[in-house]
Amino acid sequence: MPETYVSEAMAAAVGRELERRVSYPIAASDIRRWVVAVYYPEDPPRLFWDELYAATTPFGGIVAPEDFNPFAWMAAEPAGVPRREGYDPNSTETRLGLPSAGLSFQLNGGLQAEYGVRMRPGDVITWVMRLGGYREREGRLGRMLFTDMEATWTNQRDEVVKRTTSTLIRY
Amino acid sequence: MTTDLQPGATIPPFQRTTGFHNWNRFAAVNDEFVDIHMDDGAGQAAGYPGAFGMGNLQWAFIHNMLRDWLGLEGRIVSVACQFRGPNLRNTVVTAHGTITAVRPTGSETLIDLDV
Repeated sequence: MPETYVSEAMAAAVGRELERRVSYPIAASDIRRWVVAVYYPEDPPRLFWDELYAATTPFGGIVAPEDFNPFAWMAAEPAGVPRREGYDPNSTETRLGLPSAGLSFQLNGGLQAEYGVRMRPGDVITWVMRLGGYREREGRLGRMLFTDMEATWTNQRDEVVKRTTSTLIRY
Repeated sequence: MTTDLQPGATIPPFQRTTGFHNWNRFAAVNDEFVDIHMDDGAGQAAGYPGAFGMGNLQWAFIHNMLRDWLGLEGRIVSVACQFRGPNLRNTVVTAHGTITAVRPTGSETLIDLDV
């Protein structure tokens, strides 16, 4: 096991843009399917699926839950079905054109989010993710590399929907 | 929102018994078909007893709890969480929240919770 996974090139890459995506317009039934999954086996709140009810609420219509992801399966930009390299534990570095850090596994270590305006049907979301930083720690499974990925999500009016930081644990 | 807005008060939990029925539905909406969430062998190869659920789904459970409590008048300002152990099959996952501070501001009241 190396003394550190973080090469000079990796340290120098902190702050660089990793990825940018633009969603297709969110469909009401994209939201409906999402809430069926996250509330299963119980019914989700009517705000997320019943247009007549949602129109009577302070939201004035269906909104997406804060945790909704409009980029599953396919985005408008980059076009086409996303490549599956995201499940490669070394993809963070390879996307930046850096040598592989030689990692074998990757887990979701944690999430942070600050929320702005709600996502609604018809919204087009732009997502820009940057490399936030690296930390290392010894864990039960040996040396672990914690990698923060910082993303800003904005809608078609350039309003911030959310700012998120996701932490990858790799080893 | 029926909870007393005082430090130490707890909000209603959100609870699910989790397994492939939950994980497969979430994989379908989040395009998250990762071997460790589908295959016991892959989970074991990663150092765990078997397949385990998505952190993103537990993240959603925390938001479900907060929204169910807030109702239509409140909003979630920010959330942070760490995933410290695997959510194995047939585990009962419970999102809990305890109020730690109540901070009136000019136009709204901010409530901090330990979730």
